Amino acid sequence: MRVTVRLFARLREIAGAETIAHDVPDGSSLADVWTSLSSTWPALAAFDRTVSGAINAEYARMSREVREGDDVAFLPPVSGG
Amino acid sequence: MAPRFAVSQEALDPHQVSASIADAEGSRQPRGAMMTFSGVVRGTNQRHQVLRLEYEGYEPMILKVFEQIGAEIEQAWPGTACAMHHRLGTLRIGEISIVIATGSAHRAAAYAASRYAIERVKQIAPIWKHEYFEGGDVWIEGAVAAADDEAAKKRAMEAACA
Repeated sequence: MRVTVRLFARLREIAGAETIAHDVPDGSSLADVWTSLSSTWPALAAFDRTVSGAINAEYARMSREVREGDDVAFLPPVSGG
Repeated sequence: MAPRFAVSQEALDPHQVSASIADAEGSRQPRGAMMTFSGVVRGTNQRHQVLRLEYEGYEPMILKVFEQIGAEIEQAWPGTACAMHHRLGTLRIGEISIVIATGSAHRAAAYAASRYAIERVKQIAPIWKHEYFEGGDVWIEGAVAAADDEAAKKRAMEAACA
């Protein structure tokens, strides 16, 4: 199934794209999507312990399952304000 | 009237943010205290001379997070309203990056809610600053974000009530 992946800040720079249409097996979790991205862009692995995930613009645990058509976002540590 | 929660590429106007929660109910005006906080781009950071900041954000999620923070404030200090506008894009030194307005019946809640709001923004708002300084640039990496992290909420509350 296909999800849309959004990457921000340093993650966006590593992948060279803001949004990516990404195919993952049915039943994949956010963590599975992240691992799959890291196999394409190994530099992402530096964020394994600090990345946060969101589904459809809401925070979600990395164990959450994604569904076809979900808008998935990966967020490096934030620095607003 | 400006919305309570907004993201903008344009210069922020503290008065507009404050006006978005300043009830004008004549003699029933419930707010005796209005507090406006502005975050400003500092000229030096960790001994670097800063040239500019570039803010990036996930806009629809920022608005949801701002609403969540507003709800947390309403729960902690009933009757206290909060409005927040954040700037994105390129900011020069001295420009305002965030305005937080709070309004309450009395000053204690307005001050505390303002501090709580900025602490929560720094913990969970999906916003990133890219700092350009003399001789280089760096993405500022602050908090590892999780919306339902109770320990983070507690830290923000402790800062607010210190």
